[in-house]
Amino acid sequence: MTQENEAKDEWEPKIIGFLCNWCSYTGADLAGTSRLQYPPNIRIIKVMCSGRVNPQFILKAFQEGADGILVSGCHPGDCHYIEGNYHARRKLTLLMDLLDYMGVDSKRFQMSWVSASEGQKFAEVVTTFTNQIKEMGPQTKLRGVK
Amino acid sequence: MPDQSDDIIRQYYEDVPLDEDYLLQVPEIVMMDDESLVDEPEIEVSSEMAFRKSKKTLEGDVLVVGAGISGMQAALDIADKGYRVIMIEKSATIGGNMVKLDKTFPTNDCSICTSAPKMVEVARHRNIKLITYANLSKLEGEPGNFKARIFRKSKYVDPDKCTGCGDCVPVCPVEVINPFEEKLAKRKAIYIEFPQAVPIVYTIDYDACVGCGSCERFCEPDAISFLEKSEDIEVSVGSVIIATGYELFEPLEMRREYGYGKYPNVITAMQFERLLSSFGPTDGKMKRPSDGEKPKSIAWIQCVGSRSKQLGFPYCSRVCCMYATKEASIAKELEPGMNVSVFYMDLRAYGKDFQQYYDKAKKMGVEYIRSRPSSVYQNDDGSITIRYMDTHTREVAEKTVDMLVLSTAIMPSKENKRLAEALGIEIDDSGFFQVKSIMTDPIMTTRDGVFLAGCNQGPKDIPDSVSMASGAAAKAVAPIIDRVKVIPTPDPPQKQVVGEKPRIGVFVCHCGKNIHSFLDTEEVARYSETIPGVVYAKDIMFACSEDTQKDIRQNIDALNLNRVIIAACSPITHGGLFEDTLVEAGLNKYLFEFVNIRQHCSWVHSHNKVTATQKAKDLVRMSIEKAKLLEPLSQEEVDVTTGVLIIGGGLAGMRAALALADMKIPAYIIEKDSELGGQLRHLHTLFPSDIKASEIIQPIIQQVEASEYITVYKNTTLENIEGYIGNFKATINSPDGEIEIDYGTTIIASGFGEIDMTGKYGYGQSQKIMTQTELEGRILKNDLPNPKKIVMINCAGAMDKERPYCCRIGCGVSIKNAKLLKEKFPNSDIYILYRDIRVFGKDEEEYFAKVIEDGHIKIVRYSHEEQPNVVIDDDGNLTVKVRDQVYNEDITIPTDLLVLTAQTEGDPSAHKLVEMFKIPIGPGNFFIEAHAKIKPLDFATGGVYFCGSAHFPKNLADTIAQAEGAASRAAIPILKGKITLEGITALVDDARCVGCGLCVDACPYSAIELTDEGKALVNEALCKGCGLCNATCRSGAIQQKGFNDHQILAMIKSAMFEVI
Ligand code: FES
Repeated sequence: MTQENEAKDEWEPKIIGFLCNWCSYTGADLAGTSRLQYPPNIRIIKVMCSGRVNPQFILKAFQEGADGILVSGCHPGDCHYIEGNYHARRKLTLLMDLLDYMGVDSKRFQMSWVSASEGQKFAEVVTTFTNQIKEMGPQTKLRGVK
Repeated sequence: MPDQSDDIIRQYYEDVPLDEDYLLQVPEIVMMDDESLVDEPEIEVSSEMAFRKSKKTLEGDVLVVGAGISGMQAALDIADKGYRVIMIEKSATIGGNMVKLDKTFPTNDCSICTSAPKMVEVARHRNIKLITYANLSKLEGEPGNFKARIFRKSKYVDPDKCTGCGDCVPVCPVEVINPFEEKLAKRKAIYIEFPQAVPIVYTIDYDACVGCGSCERFCEPDAISFLEKSEDIEVSVGSVIIATGYELFEPLEMRREYGYGKYPNVITAMQFERLLSSFGPTDGKMKRPSDGEKPKSIAWIQCVGSRSKQLGFPYCSRVCCMYATKEASIAKELEPGMNVSVFYMDLRAYGKDFQQYYDKAKKMGVEYIRSRPSSVYQNDDGSITIRYMDTHTREVAEKTVDMLVLSTAIMPSKENKRLAEALGIEIDDSGFFQVKSIMTDPIMTTRDGVFLAGCNQGPKDIPDSVSMASGAAAKAVAPIIDRVKVIPTPDPPQKQVVGEKPRIGVFVCHCGKNIHSFLDTEEVARYSETIPGVVYAKDIMFACSEDTQKDIRQNIDALNLNRVIIAACSPITHGGLFEDTLVEAGLNKYLFEFVNIRQHCSWVHSHNKVTATQKAKDLVRMSIEKAKLLEPLSQEEVDVTTGVLIIGGGLAGMRAALALADMKIPAYIIEKDSELGGQLRHLHTLFPSDIKASEIIQPIIQQVEASEYITVYKNTTLENIEGYIGNFKATINSPDGEIEIDYGTTIIASGFGEIDMTGKYGYGQSQKIMTQTELEGRILKNDLPNPKKIVMINCAGAMDKERPYCCRIGCGVSIKNAKLLKEKFPNSDIYILYRDIRVFGKDEEEYFAKVIEDGHIKIVRYSHEEQPNVVIDDDGNLTVKVRDQVYNEDITIPTDLLVLTAQTEGDPSAHKLVEMFKIPIGPGNFFIEAHAKIKPLDFATGGVYFCGSAHFPKNLADTIAQAEGAASRAAIPILKGKITLEGITALVDDARCVGCGLCVDACPYSAIELTDEGKALVNEALCKGCGLCNATCRSGAIQQKGFNDHQILAMIKSAMFEVI
């Protein structure tokens, strides 16, 4: 293994996850209750609905040094507030274009739909996303930019 | 084929050895006469009589006897409706048997974590008067006007002075066996049963106390008083609920062949629970009693004391298969290398998610051995050898394990006989309380106004007990419905905190081992204390326990805390509890942050303590940063519209409506068919009795149609739902056109049906093949040709990839119909092909055994892998081929009538309801409850409840109990009359608002409008606090309270902070 790879192995990405209270947060609870294991890099911030996530939060988090950001809500059609996740999807898809334009690989930002009964899926989403960010290495483009 | 199945079955039930030479060691069986089962218990310490105080009187609305999970649920359901409950409990603490369990199946939820909040709620409820260490000695009067005599034993400790510090314990010189620890440990003469006991008051065991006075000298608050007297209390109430629970069979006399009491490493399942429990005698470590070593192999023997008239009780205890599966899989989870096996007769995974749970255990490596263990012996190293006959191979074998666990039966409490006399009610043959009618009134006793809940009339699991308890609450409220309700006393005044500097208190919960074993809670607390703004941080054993609640309140007071952070489990289950704690301490409940370091940390990162601890610190720090910016929020109250909409006019829907009518609440039943009655209309008789379905359903339909409180809409569908708990508006499509109904709460009773069997087992290709329901229809119409050979295939379409669950009722239905056919066609041969016989609970096992014996029904066991094969030849002749698992041979049965016990699933209309009410649905179209154990009838969505087979298939008694339970749940907001709205709503800063109107479009609830001045205005009653407007606003003028931009940005910033 090359030295560079070793360094990559030791480096642990910082990931922020915005979870809606009704589905994804409860899904994450279920992952816990089922004792599923996933990488510990994610720091969860609870919001009432995925539609609450302002694009500003994502940009701010990248500025602060986040390497990856996950937004997770109820499945389309299942939002506790009827249509919040549609708002989120529309807004945050646009944000992806903006990120690419700014030179931040939009793969560092992911949206997923995890219901309250999908503990397994939550663990999988977090595991795959964390591994993907690990592969990509640290996010430097926006870090520290004021 | 050899016709031996009759013998097999008889041997099952008569416990005769299967082969002469099989029983090498004759078990020493001591037969007990029936009387010894209900021997006279001792209830009062006679020497105490002299100390009795003069009489005291108390007034209430309902008396609840017994404070286990059922009693607590019943009491809360009544108290929440605004009536006064007097609750008595014979032990020094409430909580019952559930608190002894480590975890509960099939979700492996921590048992104390789900029961402790209920205990705290009961103790703190303003409408509940709790009297512990007390017994009922007499009940006089009639419904609406009962007088009960209560004898409260003195604890010799002043409850107002005792702080629960426990300083008295080490100085007490007396040690006695601790019954709470199932005799695995000792306790002192002064004790509390367990650390989370409620009330947290020590008790002196008068019989054990030597009167040395040491505790009195050491007690700082002077709480010990040997002069504290017992009391005779006379209570006046309108109705009575008995929830006195059960006892567990102790295999000391009967079933002695399994070595319990003789070999130290043979223990009962409840003892094993105590070994697993984090506050048990081994602090949750699996140690075997003889030498404290960790066992490398453990076996369970099932049905010890159950399913045998001669050696215990004739009924199936209903819970043992699943609790053994739970214990075995927990053992396997803790020690993956351990050899874990279960010796069983039939594995009865009949409930919701049970089959999947069982399949998972098998996958984990738990070995299930279908067998008949005959005896055990101990080896020199303390290990235990089990001799058994494998009922697959029919060979006698031995297995040696380090520890043996006996899955003992649920049996009636020894006190039942005395209590029944005191109450003037009857008991049944086994010693359980007699219900008025198992088919129509499973909650009522033989005396009017006295109701039952939980296991005191037969074995039950927790959700069934909880449902029944809610049902009992509905029944008990009916006779007192016109009484004046308690007007709630206002909350203590709130401290002014606006403008003050944050003074944050952080409490980090161990949750027994659940958090503490996987991350360093002390370190998290130490770290929190270094963060500016935090004035107090501490790690605690159980954040939810009564003593910690007290501790939190005291700290808020003493240190003038103005923000509180609890790092523990999930806000979804425990948030409300801590919010109440804040309110009681005079803090606004929104000055609180809950950090989930269990489900989101310790449980998901259990292999790396360092990173888990680091993550917990980060999460706590993020919440501290948010907490600094929290502000107190106020909550509005709105009136509730009376009336309940019931979807489905089957048995469940109708019984719910009747229970509501008894509480004088209007009910609107909408039924899509042209007639009421649901599935029961198509059935002939009902398991486990021979009562005709029509005899049961017709009187109910008549009552429903005659009730002035119930409106029935037939041929009607639900088109639209608006509103929320307390104020719903339904649009229904009836033959009279579209109708709108304004009402308060909803009950879903949409039922279930058989799945479409087309293409399975030749269904659809021959007139001779039909489902059980179709068969009953044919019997009803009397149009069956005279069949000679009849085959029933159970579990048809069940427990496969597509529908992994057990249908719960099929075994019972097949037996019942086999009996019907045998009576109609006495000369026919009937075969039931089965996978496991899952007749559970009282009466069912007995019924099953009798039918098989009397009717000479042949039962053939097949395996999932080798399904029966149905062949139809060119002449239309049917042949069923199956591999008999017991005799290991292929059988071919030419068949005249093939009946498929079809898998069932929830009504297809369920999917429409999912969207309308925002409720979750699981495998087989069955709805998912808010909590599998303690909230079986509620949805997470407020104001929507469900019951009957929409939840999961169930028999009559369970359906009725659930229906009445759902009625009780749905009645709470209506009888309360008011709903308190959420404090988390949107707020507009007029100075910043430019009146662009984007928020108006974004709001899904039309809660925002633009004023004439061009500013956004939020209607608090309609706002649900989703925050969509906040994410849309360009100028930051509209903010979601409790989740505003500043608060979330503070968390983001703090998440990135590097901690060394
Ligand atoms: S509540 Fe889950 S996405 Fe809206």
